[in-house]
Amino acid sequence: MRNKGKLVFFDGQKALFLLLDPVVSILLALAAGAVMIWALGIDAGLAYRALWQGAFGDANALANTLLYAVPLMFMAFAFAVAYRAGVFNLGAEGQMYIGAVLAAWAGYAVTGLGHTAHIVLVLLAGAVGGGLWGAAPAVLKAKRGVNEVITCIMLNYIAINVTNYLVNTRGPLRGGSTLPATPVIQDTARLSKLIAGTRLSSGILIAVFCGMALYIFMWKTRAGYKLRAAGLNAQAAECGGIPTTRCAVTTMIIAGALAGMGGAIEIAGVHSRFYAEFSSGYGFEGIAVSMLGANHPFGILLSAVLFGALKNGASAMQIQAGANAELVKVLQALVIFFIACRWSIAKLLAYKWGAAGKDGGGEAREEDG
Amino acid sequence: MDVLTQLLNGSMLAATFRMATPLILGGTGGVFSERAGIMNLGIEGEMLVGACAAAVVGIATGNAWLGVLGALLSGGLMGLLHAFICIRFHANQTVVGTGVNILATGITPLVLQTLYDSGAASPATPTLEAWSVPFLRDIPFLGAVLGTHSPLTYLALLLVPVSSFVLFRTRFGLRVRAVGEHPRAADTMGVHVYRHQYISVALCGMLAGLGGAYLSLCQVSMFVKGMTNGRGFMAMAAMIFGKWNPWGVLLAALLFGCSDALQMVLQAGGSQIPTDFLLCAPYLLTVAALACFVGKAVSPRQVGKPYIKD
Repeated sequence: MRNKGKLVFFDGQKALFLLLDPVVSILLALAAGAVMIWALGIDAGLAYRALWQGAFGDANALANTLLYAVPLMFMAFAFAVAYRAGVFNLGAEGQMYIGAVLAAWAGYAVTGLGHTAHIVLVLLAGAVGGGLWGAAPAVLKAKRGVNEVITCIMLNYIAINVTNYLVNTRGPLRGGSTLPATPVIQDTARLSKLIAGTRLSSGILIAVFCGMALYIFMWKTRAGYKLRAAGLNAQAAECGGIPTTRCAVTTMIIAGALAGMGGAIEIAGVHSRFYAEFSSGYGFEGIAVSMLGANHPFGILLSAVLFGALKNGASAMQIQAGANAELVKVLQALVIFFIACRWSIAKLLAYKWGAAGKDGGGEAREEDG
Repeated sequence: MDVLTQLLNGSMLAATFRMATPLILGGTGGVFSERAGIMNLGIEGEMLVGACAAAVVGIATGNAWLGVLGALLSGGLMGLLHAFICIRFHANQTVVGTGVNILATGITPLVLQTLYDSGAASPATPTLEAWSVPFLRDIPFLGAVLGTHSPLTYLALLLVPVSSFVLFRTRFGLRVRAVGEHPRAADTMGVHVYRHQYISVALCGMLAGLGGAYLSLCQVSMFVKGMTNGRGFMAMAAMIFGKWNPWGVLLAALLFGCSDALQMVLQAGGSQIPTDFLLCAPYLLTVAALACFVGKAVSPRQVGKPYIKD
């Protein structure tokens, strides 16, 4: 990947560094979090034990942790694929909303399909909705030079308000109930439960499959190579004949489709209908998940489980130890901070061991200027 | 027609200035930060923390002005945190900014819960009383628009020429701009690159915090969870739309504020347009403004790129 050819230490050490960074970041974040919990007058040991129990204590807890992890995986994929191609996708939240509402519509309005066909249709609807929503900022950037970060964030708010309208009292997709929601989707559109008695659906298998597909696409195909080249050094890629603006649009369509599919799976696997404002900020958490997972599909699968555990254990921590569930957001922020510094930690250690050169700060990526 | 009467008696334009105040403050802060080469996506979080701190200090002391001071300090601290991670560790500035925002969304309800035993909102804060400017308030129309406002609104309006002067007419401003355009050259000339970046980003945090104080002390007189609701991001959009210039920020912020005011007037007037669409208006306008009018936005050259000293 990066640092190619410059690092002199052998592969085992490199692998160690790759693992070291996230692990050190998590430990530092947990330690800083412990200080905060202690400052609030709560026993940090008790709080973390409750967090652990709530996240992994029994089969049901584990199932719920994975349940939370699934949308995080998709949101992180949506960030990572764009990040690798040099685009900042902060719009996963909006892409997920649009994908989810379209998926719910396909789920309740279409009848008479087989189970598999209907599931595929629902996922496709999600992917198309998210993909289109994701394409908008990329096209605006390519055609008009508009900074994609701002457009993405504005489109998040627009997506939330538009979907609110669709399911509000006078909205066209409003279901019969008193809730601001669509009608319940058909039975054929529901994902089957993976473990009987829990809420975990087979959506996680789709997430893992998407992760593997994403890996193969990004690292084993020519198109993926082009995207990564555009992300590593746009100028060099352009000189090498890679159309970088078209790459940016492609990557945002893929990213949006992934986010939209994540939304579709939330509908088909968990809620069975679209609720107004059903997401609890998955889009921005996906950024943290992606960074922790080194913006790599396999790393993301692992870090999403960790973040799912934090989310799931938060309520247990609140009930048993009296530590507010919002603490988890602070922990997430700390993880982001430490992971953002991590190349310096690796660099520091490498200096200490006299192994690496000065390119440890290589996270510096060419951004939109 | 309701909108027309409101336009004619100046109350909608007055609302425009009220809605624009946090955007002017945050956007001007953003100009300082980005002119020094540090992209500050954390304005939203700094504003939220500022709003919370203003409410907490205001309630604790019973004095709204001390609340404003609390917002200044806490926003500045958040800015310093952002600057420290970005400068000391050459971290990716967009990612750190996102982290600052997540931190703010987590820490503010935590404070609410700890102090007031409620995760959603604080008790009522002391209100920063509006000023009614003598003479100005007596001018027909103009008095209705500008005569009576929160002191923070006047401060925001005053900050525009002041920031413009500081950035373009003083030695400090020249150095800040040099650091954002070509830090290596500035460094060679003996300008302390990192120091100027720290000062600018902390200043940005303080101004964003002031914007937050306006929300909690002037607009609603309480702190509500997540009350910034994208205003920090809109301030950034105003900064880009205003081409990294305080006067441009003022115009952009007034434009966004106007759409906010219009939306409120239409909503209150029982318009046929669904409320959710009206709520979209400022965001849609932001995208449209950036896409249609601003053209190729030319940011300070080194924004977002860490400067690594040899």
